[in-house]
Amino acid sequence: MKSLVKEHIEKIKSGKISLDEFISEIKKKIEKIQSEYSPFITIKIENPEKKGKLYGIPISVKDNICTQGIQSTAGSKILEGYVPPFDATCVKKVKGQGSVIIGKTAQDEFGFGSFSVNSFVIPKNPWDKTRVCGGSSGGAACLTALADFPHIAMAESTGGSISCPAAFCGVVGITPTYGRVSRFGLIDYANSLDKIGTIGKTVYDTALLLSVISGYDTLDSTSLEVRDEDFTKYCEENSKIKIAVPKEYFGEGVDPKIKDLVWKAIKKLESLGAKYQEVSLSQTTYALPSYYLIAMAEASTNLAKFCGMRYGFHSELKGNFEEYFSQIRKLGFGEEAKRRIILGTYARMAGFRDAYYLKALKVRSLVIQDFRRIFKKFDVIAAPTMPVIAPRFDEVKKLEPIEAYMMDVLTAAPNLAGIPMISLPCGFVKSLPVGLHLMADHLQEKKIIQAAHTFEVNE
Amino acid sequence: MVETSKYWKIDKELLEHVSKIARLELSDEEKEKFIKQLEDILKTFKKIDEVDTSKVKPSFHALELKNVMREDEVKTWKWNPLANTKHKEKKYFKGPRIV
Repeated sequence: MKSLVKEHIEKIKSGKISLDEFISEIKKKIEKIQSEYSPFITIKIENPEKKGKLYGIPISVKDNICTQGIQSTAGSKILEGYVPPFDATCVKKVKGQGSVIIGKTAQDEFGFGSFSVNSFVIPKNPWDKTRVCGGSSGGAACLTALADFPHIAMAESTGGSISCPAAFCGVVGITPTYGRVSRFGLIDYANSLDKIGTIGKTVYDTALLLSVISGYDTLDSTSLEVRDEDFTKYCEENSKIKIAVPKEYFGEGVDPKIKDLVWKAIKKLESLGAKYQEVSLSQTTYALPSYYLIAMAEASTNLAKFCGMRYGFHSELKGNFEEYFSQIRKLGFGEEAKRRIILGTYARMAGFRDAYYLKALKVRSLVIQDFRRIFKKFDVIAAPTMPVIAPRFDEVKKLEPIEAYMMDVLTAAPNLAGIPMISLPCGFVKSLPVGLHLMADHLQEKKIIQAAHTFEVNE
Repeated sequence: MVETSKYWKIDKELLEHVSKIARLELSDEEKEKFIKQLEDILKTFKKIDEVDTSKVKPSFHALELKNVMREDEVKTWKWNPLANTKHKEKKYFKGPRIV
């Protein structure tokens, strides 16, 4: 697929199109998309103040990433009306490169969900309006698929929130290594798991935005001190990729038609020179519970700061602090947020912490070791991104919470291990897109970008 | 040795205790619903008990991180921290009654 972004940058540079005309044209298009599919929580189109690598490129920002002067709610009522007085580091960086910020995209409240239905704005799947976009970065993927103009989305993943909607909406999503992109200005879900990444129509688009937002930041103590890379230069064909295919990712719960498509993609890469081998990642089934216990424990501490005092949802100051905070939180948090606060608090409680939280952290060590063992011999791991195609809204409604959590069965492990991953389209089942998931070792974004690009240009 | 029978289950009394320390009031309806749902969730999560972690160290992060230290210097803050609240008086946040 041709990159509209690449073309647009050249056209603007050479003066073939006027930026003002372009902006007024996309305004209309954005409004039309919003009226039919609701990918945005807030639309606000800002002209660029500077020129740079992304000059004139529309960038949407997931609502949990703070944008100066634009309401940022993370999809939660408790942050209603919160207008950050500052930009997240990644937003500052894209503005510094001349991009056009177009607004804030819909998501599950604080990222708590895999369908983008746990919030006040619910985006609809671009391929079938009766189906979900996936979550939690559902708005970002939805908009990316629908935009017929150059656009790249800034999204975020804790346990699969970039890969899942990218797969369900048929676009490309990169989740970088944990710490590659500064989290300063991100409304946290789980600090040790949150990663800001990108969603675009092509591998090139996602790599371009990732190059701009990556980098060490003194404002995030967990950001990695590694050299900056231009990821777009890895958009090149590589005929020597060593691929591991883990059998646990092709288990019973995975739609057989999805398995077939992913195998077809692997065979395609083989025909282009890659070598593959089936392997076992024995810790896979333990990754999901470990991920959820850690994520909920961290979320419950992060959400402690929302108490109706300093920002967001307010009420009249009545009763003592315990009564006031409990009331505000009762009214401000949605059901899934409440469930996670309760479970996370429980998992960290005196007498329970070792059995749940600490145990989960130890299992995480084993999951990481499992991946490391594979990456000693292989460049990338290939698997389906999601076990199913995008479900219908009425199907999602019937799911019990634990059934909804099981949707993350293939994305939990790589997210828990903080390794980079990319989901890209590899075909259709029942006219709905299917994602191929490629994962690599820490800081080896180069390998997934090369493999994804090789597949993309030959598809 | 910890008594293990208390794990992976939740009853009303425990739920109410958790909701109190989480400063999160739950309605009776929510309590009833949550007990059932949390039971299902914990039953599935119990699977991690199968893993022998006796010789494993916990990973608080996916990558090894080191502490980042800096001098504690006073810097000017150009953003108005009170911009997003109604609860303020002069230069301060105003909170609910403590006692």
